[in-house]
Amino acid sequence: MFALIVENVTNVNVHYLMQRRGHELVSDFTWMIGGPQGSGVETAANIFSQVFSKMGYQIFGKREYYSNIKGEHSYFAVRVSDKQIRSSIKGTNMLIAFDAETIFRHANDVLENGIIIYDSTLENIKVSDVITFDNDFKERMEGFLKSKNKENTIKGILELASERGASIHSVSFRSLLFELSEKIENPRIKTMIRMFNVLGVSLSLGLLMIPTEKLTESINSIFSKKKAIADMNVSAANFAYNYAAAKFGSTDFKFNINEIKENTLLVQGYYGTSIGKIIAGCRFQSYYPITPATDESNFLETNEILEINEDRPGSTLVIQTEDEISAIGMAIGSSLTGVRSATCTSGPGFVLMIECLSWAGINEVPVVITFYQRSGPSTGLPTRHGQDDLLCAINSGVGEFPRIVYASGNVSDSFYDTANVFNYADVFQVPVIHMMDKFIASSVTTCQRFDETKVNIDRGKLLDEPPSNAYKRFEHTADGLSPRSKIGLENGIFWNTGDESDVEGHISEDPVNRVEMMDKRQSRLDYILEKIPESEQIVKHSDGEFCVVSWGSTQGPILDAIDMLKNEGINIGFVEIKLLHPFPKELLKKSFSNSKTIIDVEANYTGQLGSIIKQNLEKDPDYYILKYTGRPMTCTELYDTLKKIVNNNAEKREVLTYGA
Amino acid sequence: MALKVGDYKTDVHNDWCPGCGDFGIVNSIQMALAEMEIPRHETAIFSGIGCSGKTSHFINVFGVHTLHGRVLPFAQGAKISNPNLKIIAVGGDGDGLGIGAGHFVAAGRRNVDMTYIIFDNAVYGLTKGQASPTLKLGEKTKSLPTPNTNYNVNPIGLAIASGFTFTARAYSYDIRHLKDIIIAAINHKGLAFVDVLQPCPTYNDINTRDWFNGVDRVDETTNKPMPRIYKLEDTDYDPVVHYSDETELNQKKTQAIVKSLEWDTKIPTGIFYKNELITPYTRRLIDKIPNYIENPSALQNISKNNAPITKINHILDSYKV
Repeated sequence: MFALIVENVTNVNVHYLMQRRGHELVSDFTWMIGGPQGSGVETAANIFSQVFSKMGYQIFGKREYYSNIKGEHSYFAVRVSDKQIRSSIKGTNMLIAFDAETIFRHANDVLENGIIIYDSTLENIKVSDVITFDNDFKERMEGFLKSKNKENTIKGILELASERGASIHSVSFRSLLFELSEKIENPRIKTMIRMFNVLGVSLSLGLLMIPTEKLTESINSIFSKKKAIADMNVSAANFAYNYAAAKFGSTDFKFNINEIKENTLLVQGYYGTSIGKIIAGCRFQSYYPITPATDESNFLETNEILEINEDRPGSTLVIQTEDEISAIGMAIGSSLTGVRSATCTSGPGFVLMIECLSWAGINEVPVVITFYQRSGPSTGLPTRHGQDDLLCAINSGVGEFPRIVYASGNVSDSFYDTANVFNYADVFQVPVIHMMDKFIASSVTTCQRFDETKVNIDRGKLLDEPPSNAYKRFEHTADGLSPRSKIGLENGIFWNTGDESDVEGHISEDPVNRVEMMDKRQSRLDYILEKIPESEQIVKHSDGEFCVVSWGSTQGPILDAIDMLKNEGINIGFVEIKLLHPFPKELLKKSFSNSKTIIDVEANYTGQLGSIIKQNLEKDPDYYILKYTGRPMTCTELYDTLKKIVNNNAEKREVLTYGA
Repeated sequence: MALKVGDYKTDVHNDWCPGCGDFGIVNSIQMALAEMEIPRHETAIFSGIGCSGKTSHFINVFGVHTLHGRVLPFAQGAKISNPNLKIIAVGGDGDGLGIGAGHFVAAGRRNVDMTYIIFDNAVYGLTKGQASPTLKLGEKTKSLPTPNTNYNVNPIGLAIASGFTFTARAYSYDIRHLKDIIIAAINHKGLAFVDVLQPCPTYNDINTRDWFNGVDRVDETTNKPMPRIYKLEDTDYDPVVHYSDETELNQKKTQAIVKSLEWDTKIPTGIFYKNELITPYTRRLIDKIPNYIENPSALQNISKNNAPITKINHILDSYKV
């Protein structure tokens, strides 16, 4: 367990980081700020991200936090680069800390020649003084400092960083506030410690000599609705900026102002499914609060009034229900009236939805469940990342019924995928479970503007006009799909039941009807594989003798790791499976045709996708790279492990552990 | 052409036990729909699980037979999405007040404009006679191995405490009265609850038809049974909250709860509480979505020639670098 703290700089692929020193420009830079929850760490990171995105850099930020409202440690790492980036790396170039916990937790992460800006008043704080530490961490930290012959304080751990080559800048955040309040003659600011966040980010930007107008612009845009607060923050920012520029001396890190790529957005991870639902015409979302899924519902409610081309305003009705059972029950009720409806949840909420999911299955009701996974089992790590609910999403339910389980690999994909999953639900008349996760939800990235012209809407056999013949909801047809009426449609009366039913929807226990109905529903699985375009089932990013196979949010770290290997002349294939159920077995076989060694990468313990592959291809993946610390994979640790595999010195099951 | 009661009947075989109180409820619903001349396609019956859950199959309107305890979420989802529909939810007392009690309370808080009818017979019939939430403490129906160890829930009291704005009780063998109560419930602007006393001839040998009729209580002078059930409308009881005032509201709620506690020799039926001064859920939505009633989720266009018609440019612009 020591490894979690100590393992750091040594493994980092310095070539890849390409920090050409001296007066050359920095191509890849990671900045981190930490502090107690509620201290504005997120706002500071938002400012930093905006500043660099306005300078034409690509951004990849990730947020980590405890299941807590105020006081526990949270941090935000923002990676910026002039090249495409899709993940974080091991280590950080610059750390900002205005509390002791941040220093103890992250100082070892600062890369050689990195920078630490910290609050000088913290110097003598001991590990045992930090009340928010878990006992395990406390013991590990104390043991670690002892093993390095360092005193058990902030001073001790900073000495180590300094010995590694990091430059350390100390400043009293309180004194800064005090001086600022004198200068602008505003005594209220003197004790306003919630401005430490803005001071922290501004000190960093001052030291890095980033143009101040970008800082002012970003603060004004973030606080655009609160002018007085914006003004106060701008004065504080400029003050701290100038302080750092004057007192800290210069650094080797130099940044250019690049041209902003056209149509670049800076987005949070959950915007993709949120805006995807709006464009797809989802007009009803019921949900019960749960991390990390709730942000999506909040987004939809905040934007509930919709502008519609050549029509009166529309709306997304968002309803907070009494529990997840009600959330999916209401969504199904809504769907029966012809509405595109959805719910959004996480693992502990999803398992409550299973009886209703089964009901939607037997009644062929299109409904979308957006499933933002976190790490289990049970409530597990409520605010941390994991991909451990894949088998649950595929298998949970009463009896056998068709469903689609579909996964998105990044925020931009999730926009287009959301539009697609509503089409799948309508066309195939099945519930669709759209797998997302905490890693995507709480990352902040630059991406290409979502293009709504690429979205199409296909409602399948939903009836708009009253049927002329005697209507039978579950009538047998050549393709196994019956015309679908909606409650309120004249001549379209139907019945539904969770029991087996006849073609009208009335209860039937007849064995012949039973077989016909089971066959009708289950035939859908083959039909789905036949009808969904191959490019939407599996994405083959690259080909190679060694081939990574994965699903969901590992996409970013894998693509970045493969790029790093490519720089060394190593070509690795990557097959991303998006349609996880029904499983595209034949297509996967074809995708693997040039590959000899298959490497399964997943953020769970058992390698859940690996087990599905084994079941379908009758061959176990050759290697598993797994991570279940609750922290997302970094491209650098994946790079290291893939390289071990290529060099034939890896274990069959490699477990990644990086991250605080 | 006006629809007749028969038009609201399906030809599905009804497999309830002979003499079951449920028959009266189905008939009353059909009579109410016919009397109100509600077009069949504008109505949906949502039902839970158990004997009462089969109700939706016997009525010739949209019928959604849901899951145990979950009838209210399904029904509310439909009604909120399309406020033009008439929605009637039905279920047993175990369904609504046991497994579904959380949904019952939450539904009261929303006050969605629809009707919820509980078939209240104090036992779980279809699973062969276990005690339900309305069976009294210490009572032992014939299928129970030992007397009931739980106190009973008071459906009328719970409904009022939860925010239902119409609460009534009826008796399934008095079809005409039950039909009138159902019509009043459907006409009520808000969430209406009807607790229907419905003897289970197979498993509840305590609250039988004879018991309700007072066969065990013979008037010594007339030598006739003294029925336990009476109607509130035959008394000077006034269930209506007439004006928006805390004293008036509290008085009407308190009186209803006290009245609902009468049992044994005098069992009131009729409307206990009615308050149309509380805004129904879909009307509350107008505060945030001004045109929701005219353009609810179910009536909105989302595409033209398969292309989306919702504008997202202004949202995307706000995230532009």
